[in-house]
Amino acid sequence: MSDHVIGAIDQIPVGEGRNFQVAETRMAIFRTHAGEIFATQPDCPHLAGPLADGLMGGAVIVCPLHDRHFDLRTGDGPDCRLVTYPVRVDGTGVMSVSLP
Amino acid sequence: MKQKMVVVGNGMAGARAVEEVLARGGADKFDIVMFGAEPYGNYNRILLSNILSGASDPADIFMNPLDWYVDNDIVLHAGHKVTSIDRAARSVTSDKGQREPYDVLLIATGSRAFIPPIPGLHDGDTLRPGVFGFRTIDDCNEIAATAKISAKAAVIGGGLLGLEAARGLLNHGAEVHVVHLGGHLMDVQLDTQGGAMLAREMEKMGVTIHLAKSTTHARLNDDGSIAGLEFKDGTSIDCDMIVVSAGIRPNAEVGRDCGLTVERAIVVDNHMRSIDDPRVYVVGECAQHRGQVYGLVAPLWDQAKVFADHVTQTNLAAQYHGSKLATKLKVMGVELASMGITEPEHPTDELIQFTEPSKGIYKKLIVRDGRLVGGILMGDISKAAYLMQAFDRDTALPDERLSLLFDIGAPAQAITIDEMPDDTQVCNCNGVSKGAIGACVLAGAKSATTVMKATRAGMGCGSCKKLVGEVVDFFCGGAAEVDPSIHYYVPTVPLKKPELVAAVKEQGLRSVSSVFRVLGGGIEDPIAKPALASLLATVWADEYDDERDARFINDRVHGNVQKDGRFSVVPEMAGGVCTPAELMRIAKVAVKYDVPLVKVTGGQRIDLVGIAKDDLPAVWQELDMPAGSAWGKSYRTCKSCIGDAHCRFGLGDSMGLAGKIEKRFRGIDAPGKLKLATAGCPRNCSEAMVKDVGAVAIGDQRWEIYIGGAAGAHVRKGDLLCTVTGEDEVIAISGRFMQFYRENAKWKERTYDFVPRIGVDEIRAIVIDDRDSMAASLDANMQSSVEAAYDPWKEATKLKTANQFANLIPVSA
Repeated sequence: MSDHVIGAIDQIPVGEGRNFQVAETRMAIFRTHAGEIFATQPDCPHLAGPLADGLMGGAVIVCPLHDRHFDLRTGDGPDCRLVTYPVRVDGTGVMSVSLP
Repeated sequence: MKQKMVVVGNGMAGARAVEEVLARGGADKFDIVMFGAEPYGNYNRILLSNILSGASDPADIFMNPLDWYVDNDIVLHAGHKVTSIDRAARSVTSDKGQREPYDVLLIATGSRAFIPPIPGLHDGDTLRPGVFGFRTIDDCNEIAATAKISAKAAVIGGGLLGLEAARGLLNHGAEVHVVHLGGHLMDVQLDTQGGAMLAREMEKMGVTIHLAKSTTHARLNDDGSIAGLEFKDGTSIDCDMIVVSAGIRPNAEVGRDCGLTVERAIVVDNHMRSIDDPRVYVVGECAQHRGQVYGLVAPLWDQAKVFADHVTQTNLAAQYHGSKLATKLKVMGVELASMGITEPEHPTDELIQFTEPSKGIYKKLIVRDGRLVGGILMGDISKAAYLMQAFDRDTALPDERLSLLFDIGAPAQAITIDEMPDDTQVCNCNGVSKGAIGACVLAGAKSATTVMKATRAGMGCGSCKKLVGEVVDFFCGGAAEVDPSIHYYVPTVPLKKPELVAAVKEQGLRSVSSVFRVLGGGIEDPIAKPALASLLATVWADEYDDERDARFINDRVHGNVQKDGRFSVVPEMAGGVCTPAELMRIAKVAVKYDVPLVKVTGGQRIDLVGIAKDDLPAVWQELDMPAGSAWGKSYRTCKSCIGDAHCRFGLGDSMGLAGKIEKRFRGIDAPGKLKLATAGCPRNCSEAMVKDVGAVAIGDQRWEIYIGGAAGAHVRKGDLLCTVTGEDEVIAISGRFMQFYRENAKWKERTYDFVPRIGVDEIRAIVIDDRDSMAASLDANMQSSVEAAYDPWKEATKLKTANQFANLIPVSA
């Protein structure tokens, strides 16, 4: 496991996701209205839709191409699953992620 | 004195047969005892692949839970396999020693997975660990548990069940290979071409298909676990688990052992009675009737009825005459229907064929003497209901063969429910006819949900749910009770659109998040967000709090997302008119950004397809043209012909009017797309009569305004709303109608559905005659939306959100 600092949470608008390049790994990080953040693989396992461009509802992300819903907490989807990464935000609003 | 009926087998056949007996008052004639080898109530085997894929829970597929047996005074010996039948003593005995005497015996033992004698699959008498059949809930559970730790799974058999198993396996993360002996998939239902198309679709989903492969043996690791499969042609694949789906074998042994005639299965007469013993009946996959053994559910329903009619003496003349095999199903998301033969058999057989490979559509019909004897529909099965009925009843086909394959210019539902015969099958999975639904409504079920629960119509593959709802509504005289949420504007906020608009105004809710918080119980429904954003933008115009996370990606970055995640850019080009300088700038941008495709759209504009998100702001600035709004649920475009300035037939300045319309309404949100057109004369070159709003010049400054037209999947000529004088009036009336649509249509309801729903006469009364004194407020509301509209491409230099156009944000180490 290695920890990486990603920077300020303000890089992501509330209720949206953005893609980040962290060392060798490309990931999507999402910020909910409730203030939580989640990190997953960036492309939908179905047909590689850009998940960071999807619509969020709570901790659910909907792929913009074919409307597959995924639970950001677990990565669970209807017929496929997302890789998730442990990500957290500290008291000063700085995000960091652990990579295997 | 009641007789005793013993039923051996508690699957779909046994349970259905008992239901039919009960429906004929059989509970007064018989004490019923059932034996089931599985320790469950009976379940819908058609849905096993959903269990494997995780889409359904085992509880979802039970047809008769254990309560049902109790409620109907049926004694169920679950987990008991009947091992012997003593016909002389008239009794059966189970493997657990349970003995039951009978007066009437029904054998409905079904069938089991056939495991071919391939060396390596077995370990002694049982299947080797890592090798599975695909037939029971237990099979599914074991397959799922193994698939989770498997890297590579092979399915032997590319028939219907094998493909279903492959679909289920995909979801567990393993790499999936299908190994098929035949030259194409599903050889029973499909021909070579259909099989090849299906194979392509499956490969797209990630399944590798191996055709014409005869498996010689399973390769094993030193510890005896599965290592791979070896084929006759010398090739092989690696795999660590194997699901065998190479057909089924009737469970007829129990019949053979007690001396009944068994060929491929237990032989029965037309009453579904063993030919050897009048007290023994047989239905389902273990029965052989006139040389046929059926493996589909539909014949089962007919057999169960005949058995019940006969055994209860409701109709001693009831006879089964065999079934014609037609089936409608969904394989790995591909809808298909198949009936009868797959290839012409006689030189005079007529072949009608259509293929559109890019869309995965394939239709093939085989007609003999004007009657349908075979057919395959793939990708588009809208005609399946009609064709399957024509096939089943052997009815004469219309001479116009093209209409067998397509609905051309007519609504898809050609037959009304009123005209539908009572015995028409509405639900094929569970064999429920229109008449059965009618009886259920008469018995007191007044909503689609209760009818579905009682008859199980719509509870199989689910493709008939809409039709079931319509049939229920028909029998309720149009007054079926419904789930109230279907009337809500969005499902999680329990208000209809007018109530929601009122609540939003009253409470001053200007953002989507505030609507969720105040009216929706705090539930953030992602799908509801764009619907609410559109409604709030209509209600609040410039006071709307545009939270971008509530918008679909197209409306966040003002382009249309393509399948590769890039965007298309369409600059405004009113009436399809642009200047040479604009055309040169478009060309320059296309070259500089190496745009993969430059396309003239149906709306008479130029589309630059394939721009990366990061490049959007620069592209817009270099184009230096306003946004064309080609991406959203909003006013889109107004196309036109060249009109009276240049055309010798022109009666009005359609080009000039299109420009004025576009300048006024660009950027206006709506429940659905608004595509407009103006035509300089009734020759309609710009197709104004099939647009959401179309204006057609008829001379002397007069224009006809058409609304609710469509030239999409179904073609609908717009309704003539009115005839007006002068361009200003065209703009005023069009705007008033569009505002009425914005305020009253459901989300994503296009005008071609909205106008017929409200009725053009009603719309005319409100918009033209001002019956309800709403015209002034409609005009004022539209005016404030027009004033609030802005060119979103200006966000190129003034970002609305952080990293709005960033495709990837680098993180420094």
